[in-house]
Amino acid sequence: MMVELNLNRRQFLKLSGATAATLAVVELGFNEKKAYANAKNFKIAKATVTPTVCCFCGVGCGILVHTKNNTVVYTEGDPDNPINEGKLCSKGTTLRQLYTSEKRMTKPLYRAPGSTEWEEKEWEWMLDTIAKRTKETRDASFVVKENGLTVNKTEKIASLGGAALDNEETYLVSKLMRGLGVTYLEHQARI
Amino acid sequence: MGANPAENHPISFRWLTKAKENGGKIISVDPRYTRTSAVSDIYAPLRSGTDIAFMGGMIKYAIDNNLFHKDYVVNYTNASFIVADGFDFNDGLFSGYDEATRTYDNTKWTIATNEDGTPKKDPSLQNPKSVFQLMKKHYSRYDVDTVSGVTGTPKKDLLKVYEAFCATSKVGKAGTILYAMGTTQHTVGSQNVRAFAIIQMLLGNIGLPGGGINAMRGESNVQGSTDFGLLWDNLTGYLGAPKATVPEHATLATYLAKETPPTGFWSNKPKFVVSLLKAWYGKNATKDNEFGYHFLPKGNKNYSHINLFKAMYNNELDGAFLWGTNPVVGGPNAGKEKEALGNLKWMVAVDLWETETAAFWKKEAGSDPSKINTEVFLLPASASFEKEGSISNSSRWMQYRWKAIDSRGEARPDLDIIHELALKLKKLYANSPKSADQPFLALDWNYGTGEVPDIDAIAKEINGYDLKTGKLLPGIAALLDDGTTSSGNWIYSGFYPEEGKNLSKRRDNKDTGNANFLNWSFAWPANRRILYNRASADPSGKPWSKEKAVIWWDGAAKSWVGNDVPDFKAILSPSEPGGTGAFMMNKDGVGLLFAPTMKDGPFPEHYEPFESPAKNTLSSVELNPAVVINDGDFNKKGYKVDYPIVATTYRVSEHWQSGSMTRNQEWLSEIARYMFVELSEELAKEKGINNKDKIIVESARGKIKAYAMVTKRYKPFTVNGKKVHQVGMPWNFGFKGYATGDIANRLTPHIGDANTMIPEYKAFLCDIRRAD
Repeated sequence: MMVELNLNRRQFLKLSGATAATLAVVELGFNEKKAYANAKNFKIAKATVTPTVCCFCGVGCGILVHTKNNTVVYTEGDPDNPINEGKLCSKGTTLRQLYTSEKRMTKPLYRAPGSTEWEEKEWEWMLDTIAKRTKETRDASFVVKENGLTVNKTEKIASLGGAALDNEETYLVSKLMRGLGVTYLEHQARI
Repeated sequence: MGANPAENHPISFRWLTKAKENGGKIISVDPRYTRTSAVSDIYAPLRSGTDIAFMGGMIKYAIDNNLFHKDYVVNYTNASFIVADGFDFNDGLFSGYDEATRTYDNTKWTIATNEDGTPKKDPSLQNPKSVFQLMKKHYSRYDVDTVSGVTGTPKKDLLKVYEAFCATSKVGKAGTILYAMGTTQHTVGSQNVRAFAIIQMLLGNIGLPGGGINAMRGESNVQGSTDFGLLWDNLTGYLGAPKATVPEHATLATYLAKETPPTGFWSNKPKFVVSLLKAWYGKNATKDNEFGYHFLPKGNKNYSHINLFKAMYNNELDGAFLWGTNPVVGGPNAGKEKEALGNLKWMVAVDLWETETAAFWKKEAGSDPSKINTEVFLLPASASFEKEGSISNSSRWMQYRWKAIDSRGEARPDLDIIHELALKLKKLYANSPKSADQPFLALDWNYGTGEVPDIDAIAKEINGYDLKTGKLLPGIAALLDDGTTSSGNWIYSGFYPEEGKNLSKRRDNKDTGNANFLNWSFAWPANRRILYNRASADPSGKPWSKEKAVIWWDGAAKSWVGNDVPDFKAILSPSEPGGTGAFMMNKDGVGLLFAPTMKDGPFPEHYEPFESPAKNTLSSVELNPAVVINDGDFNKKGYKVDYPIVATTYRVSEHWQSGSMTRNQEWLSEIARYMFVELSEELAKEKGINNKDKIIVESARGKIKAYAMVTKRYKPFTVNGKKVHQVGMPWNFGFKGYATGDIANRLTPHIGDANTMIPEYKAFLCDIRRAD
């Protein structure tokens, strides 16, 4: 991870497992050994913590993502982020389920014309085919000149969406689409 | 007003409650008594679509009662400017209207100028042709009785709001207006915001801490994605896309001459445009080829959302890319938008889920798959914490998100998908001699040749380089128009000023004053946190008040200093020419009370929504005369006789937008499980509907089923003496995910604002009845 977390006391306690130990001490009647043994099982003990910013509304709340054994074990408000000071709403609180939900798409899916079904496909095939379709449509519709004016456009391809993408991604969408001559370029700011 | 932050931007609302603890007052103006209203000091109901009447009444109240900040108004707005002959307003129409084209000739609305081109002024504000007097006259019709008749807001509530908010005109006080889609999604949406701007300038509330007009953005990066040019008419950084319909756009030189104002900060536009062309076309952008200007597409029409779907519906589009968007739920008149998708030859959807839009061809969508020949490619995308990159929030803070974990399954970041697609296309087009292919071949794409692009290279390209030295640019001021600098988005230039210093990654949360946190992340432009902060000081450079001080002129240091990056030339003394021009993005350095740049008039005027239960009592013009009216299937209009009830849409805390991100999660689906329509006890009684009954809501576009939610939060309005009911419903539901329900947008109309074409989701007509 490339970020230096400002570990305040609360955070430090949590990361070191001391919070877990403290809780356990109360539960187990001050048996220190048992308490530390129990802390090992605590979900976020030894988890890696990465700061992120909530993906929902535009407020920009900081969230800490705890990961361990290749899964997201816990998320919480980032206490260091001055926007939310560790607080989160119902959506921000459940961020973890974006990772764990069984509804997540995990494979590229293709639907042939007229078909009633999706078919699983490889990425390579999908992107190759999409590139081919893009080229076919662009080539068949490209207008270099209109009324003597250089216009270099295709009005047969649209690009929609992107308000949930990162800045760097939206920059590339804008650059690639306009680079291809796309004029129907819209996203959620309009709707 | 037009926002419900307690439910839709909950953590922002925490700061409102803190303000309340410090003696602040919260005013909630909403058709429904929301959770924001419940915590407010003053609540005023208003009928959907009557915001301008409401605010026009406030403008009149402020002027009549001398509750405006006169020094601010005289110095920082165009109140004193003299309007040239030709401007007029008569019975709902401004001068210059052409009924046949439904457009205005805004050259009829100009400011009179002296011989040297500077505006004619009357600082006493007494000249009957001054903006101030014309504005006063315009809103003289908006008396409290008339306004109450239009909005349905009880007179006493109007006065309570006016009195409380206009009290912020006092030096040392500030008031802010928070708005969201409740304001913009109307045929008069832009003018709704303009009305806010007028009142805030009158009260001297712009540029101060705790002041301003704050758009509550609904998506985590709708700010950034707009900054980066994902609307048809803007390249990155709000540089207008060249058009085939403007003769001057034929060449770069004439485009720049036409689009660059002679004064104000936008006079630097050529530097931004040429630097963008250098970022996009690299070595292929040369002085000889107008820096690749002709590689950019030039459109000849309005390509915005409604028109896009109309084109699709009319078989004019073959392919579409959808980047995490779900118009089958979120688009206006969504049933028609779903049908339109079936006319595409191919569609690419990049998403975390199989959304309603990705599944538009299925039986569960009400479609017959055998009749739909669209090839659909659904690509699994990474979640926000499965990749790295920055996003920009409502305050323009560009914060970094680090990668916490590898993507689920085979999901990939959008960045990788776009990059690999570009590389594949580059390969397909390689060495083509065709002239049509040269613009794409000229596009500079140097982020590595592997599947994963170098995100740091992209970030640096956005910031920009000094191309002579190869060094990163320190900021906007370093941009040049001679092809020796590049910047992919000029407003962000300076966020990456030197190698290894991406300022969006900063995490120093020490309050540097005014809660500006200057060392936390980066805010465009130039790390400035409060826009127009020059206006927090008086013309001489002294803060209007100690309580609201942001920046001030330090005579000894000969510089503007304080708690923020000055939104002003830092070394320009108040006594120098332009030294009081607090609104430097405008040509004359002042805020526009009179805005001849709008398509539907220089002053906001009340018109009824496209579908309205009432006659306009402020003029004989019912609908905004400058909106485009669609035809055929895209102009299904309902009338009061069949659909007497006003309807609006909103969201619930637990679901986000079209619901794809939240209805696919277990907990949120469990908490907010059912589609409902909220109605008053009075309407429920009239219709024989009980709480939790299944009901049918019908508009001219379609009908949906939902549970009735009978509450005290809606009350019938008295509009010009007659009872008018309003209902509301969330637009978060669809047929995929754990929590499913009918799509509210099957009911909404295909008509947009005169300036932006943002659809009028927030005020339409319907009728309701029990389902059984």
